[in-house]
Amino acid sequence: MAQDGKRERDRPWIMRTYSGHSTAAASNELYRTNLAKGQTGLSVAFDLPTQTGYDADDPLARGEVGKVGVPISHLGDMRDLFDGIPLDQMNTSMTINATAVWLLSLYIAAAEDQGVDPHVLRGTTQNDIIKEYLSRGTHIFPPAASMRLTTDLITYTVDEVPKWNPINICSYHLQEAGATPTQELAYALVTAIGVLDAVKATGRIPESEFGKVVGRISFFVNAGIRFVEELCKMRAFVELWDRVTQERYGVTDPKQRRFRYGVQVNSLGLTEQQPENNVIRIVLEMLAVTLSKDARARAIQLPAWNEALGLPRPWDQQWSLRAQQILAYESDLLEYADLFKGSEVVEARTQELVDSAWEEVQEVLKRGGAVEAVESGYIKQKLVESNATRLRSIESGEQTVVGVNKYVEGAPSPLIENLDEAILTVDPEVDANKRAELARWKMERDNGAVEEALAELRRVAESDGNMMPASIAAAHAGVTTGEWANLLRQVWGEYRAPTGVAGATVKSSPTGAAAQTVERLRNRLHDLEARMGRRPKLLVGKPGLDGHSNGAEQIAIKARDVGFDVVYEGIRVSPEQIVASALEEGVHLIGLSILSGSHLALVPEVVERLADAGLGDVPVVAGGIIPEADAERLRAEGIAAVYTPKDFELDHIMSDLIDLVDRENAAE
Amino acid sequence: MPPSEPDDDARQVMSADKAAVSRALNLVEDRRAESHARVADLLAVLKDSPKAAGGHRVGLTGPPGVGKSTLTSALARSLRQRGRTVGVVAVDPSSIRSGGSLLGDRARMSFDPTDKGLFVRSLATAGEVGGLAYAANSSVRVLAAAYDTVVVETTGVGQSEIDIVHVADTVVLVIQPGSGDVLQFLKAGIMEIPDILVVNKADHDELARRAVADLRGALRTAHAAGADRDRDSDWETPIVATSATKGTGIDELIDALDAHRGHLETTLQTRRRQGEVQWTLDLFSRKHGEHGVSTLGGLATLKARTEQELDGGETPLSLCERLSREYVAALGQTT
Repeated sequence: MAQDGKRERDRPWIMRTYSGHSTAAASNELYRTNLAKGQTGLSVAFDLPTQTGYDADDPLARGEVGKVGVPISHLGDMRDLFDGIPLDQMNTSMTINATAVWLLSLYIAAAEDQGVDPHVLRGTTQNDIIKEYLSRGTHIFPPAASMRLTTDLITYTVDEVPKWNPINICSYHLQEAGATPTQELAYALVTAIGVLDAVKATGRIPESEFGKVVGRISFFVNAGIRFVEELCKMRAFVELWDRVTQERYGVTDPKQRRFRYGVQVNSLGLTEQQPENNVIRIVLEMLAVTLSKDARARAIQLPAWNEALGLPRPWDQQWSLRAQQILAYESDLLEYADLFKGSEVVEARTQELVDSAWEEVQEVLKRGGAVEAVESGYIKQKLVESNATRLRSIESGEQTVVGVNKYVEGAPSPLIENLDEAILTVDPEVDANKRAELARWKMERDNGAVEEALAELRRVAESDGNMMPASIAAAHAGVTTGEWANLLRQVWGEYRAPTGVAGATVKSSPTGAAAQTVERLRNRLHDLEARMGRRPKLLVGKPGLDGHSNGAEQIAIKARDVGFDVVYEGIRVSPEQIVASALEEGVHLIGLSILSGSHLALVPEVVERLADAGLGDVPVVAGGIIPEADAERLRAEGIAAVYTPKDFELDHIMSDLIDLVDRENAAE
Repeated sequence: MPPSEPDDDARQVMSADKAAVSRALNLVEDRRAESHARVADLLAVLKDSPKAAGGHRVGLTGPPGVGKSTLTSALARSLRQRGRTVGVVAVDPSSIRSGGSLLGDRARMSFDPTDKGLFVRSLATAGEVGGLAYAANSSVRVLAAAYDTVVVETTGVGQSEIDIVHVADTVVLVIQPGSGDVLQFLKAGIMEIPDILVVNKADHDELARRAVADLRGALRTAHAAGADRDRDSDWETPIVATSATKGTGIDELIDALDAHRGHLETTLQTRRRQGEVQWTLDLFSRKHGEHGVSTLGGLATLKARTEQELDGGETPLSLCERLSREYVAALGQTT
């Protein structure tokens, strides 16, 4: 170590911002600006149609094109996205799962077009389908077919794109779905075990090479506000992964056993109320994954302070990047060895987490492993229960959230004086422009070559060959994202994952104020039922491609617990289906949940179709990340109520819903 | 809006108008005393609809988690491909604490929302002991007047399986490989032998084969134990292996359903009549308990009388109403 003030510094982690929106060209501009600001890697956010395998011209893509990310339909888009960005020098993380094989194929094809040898490409494909079934909801195919795509990508890249991280096992979304630290550790590890076992079962990797595959596995982790515990969680991850790789897979090289992870800190805990406070939350959460040198993140991306309000603007993302830069370059953090080695407190908590997580790992393995525990709904139900417990403790005030359930009075924030301008709005023309561009692309390409490439894809899909080479060829031939995915849908079918809500039970104290409130709501519903002759029935619908089902699930469970009959159909249900269900089920009320920002397209469509079906008098409420200006428009179009993240008191929402049914019943 | 005449409503139900079917289902779920007469009238009219007489009522039951919803979905899709219309009643348990329920069956089903020949209704058990909801029986009768095949799907083994016999022409018990309880129940004669046995999730050939063999054994033991003494002995329960997710075995299941429906041709009326008698007795005894039954002369007398009245053209619901009034009057005399 050098003299005081001149200590050697560790190399900082890769700094990224999860970004992309509107079009490939607009996102390219954003990437170049971000790189110029000192960002050291890219993190591509794809829009939902791209993630779920639809082109912009598919009816299901309506309202979703370019919303939560960039639409990439074909090689031309991928070229535009990285125009002027040399791919041999870039480290690109792609949040892509069900269509990961396809997007990586487009990336490789774009690199080849730039004259770059795929062997030098560096980056990450998320490629973790298990957590899609559990939390994020962009899965397409049944588990077996999905695992096959996952392993195809892994076994292909190990030799052909050797610097690539083929999979990022995500504990991130498990925490978003409500996982406790123990559950986050356990379910991420069983996912990794499920993937590695599946890779082994392909027989494509010689025993002697298996350590190489294990060494390429990386993780994508969440860090919440209880940052001491989170810090211990990261240390527990390191220890547990070392154990799994050594004991289960016999990896001897310690470098291949290293727990390599990237982080996006928690978006779930960011508040709509007093949103400026989120900056402090984000910084504390970043500390959890940077303070331990022995368990430090390799890459970090931070959310923006205003994510609970809508889409962040470039300036908002810049503020988060600056937080990383100040910690890495201004502070002395990177000059020291591990700060916590030998700390009794940290080591004891870490050990507790190691033990409890290991126990849950064994439980899932006993149930047949990650895939089986997804299909049976075991893990999903656990997560739904944990999330309900968390929300109830916030609602009851047991868990403090500053500005939400405590210290709510304060001076108005100048940052949101002009609320509509405090977020990014996507040009509504993006959708139509993309459709027109797509039509041009399909006209100008060699359709004979496309047919051939699709035939080859089908042949491979029906065999047990690797999907990567045929997909790269299809990328070069001009095949589109929708064509690739639709073909595989025909071969493998689609999958609707268990919702986990039906069997979920939430522990709550039978006495106290909270229990009394619930009792009052139950009595009101009971009285309403007696007057109506039928128990009030609520349809909870999630239209669009957005798979973030937490809100819908929690409303469904709470509504059941106060006594509604609740019909919940899971994610990705079209407006047409919602109306058909409302008609067949004879519901009294409909609740729609949309978090992708496509509410202005989807909610009115449901309302219109309801009127056409003669159900115009069934009240509709909506929930999601809905800016106030949009909420006003929706109310003007007849939506009975709009709920946003600030409406954390589910009892209030329930009370409103009972009022709505009561009023509608009285009017009849 | 004034309520329209039952005849109008009934006609629309028989023409499978979805809005009318939905309204009729709302009505039969209505527990208010003032609605009972309307329900009885409606069901009396629907009873003689051509669909109801010629159709097929299938009861699908089995323990939780065996994939009944996915199987129902696959079955409905295949039936639609064969040009038959389908009505589904999916029954889920209500929470004992709140009385509310989470009806999740639709989440496992994927259907074309524009299909006029398919109708799915979820129903909560509303806290009743046994798998079948108060309204399920009536709901099946409404759907039977509108659609060729009606599938009523319930969860549970034991009580609901007994309930479902009263409403279904054909009872299908669904299990998955390795579910030992069902085998034990069958062997011990706790559970009646279903008309068709399905081993679902038969994705792994070896496991499925073993499960089918185990079931054959259990059926033999059950025969020996006399568990099928009340059933017709000419029918040998087929065992069908299906994978609802892969779509295999569904055609075989439909063939088995058709075979059983064909087998019933001469006995169907008797079977449905037995079901109606049982339903009437259930409705009455759930309402008034043992005391009610004994006040009206005991179970055997009540059963004989119910058979007679139903033969005379009475319907279960209206008969139950009448029996209730008699019981209440009898109570008045004794106090």
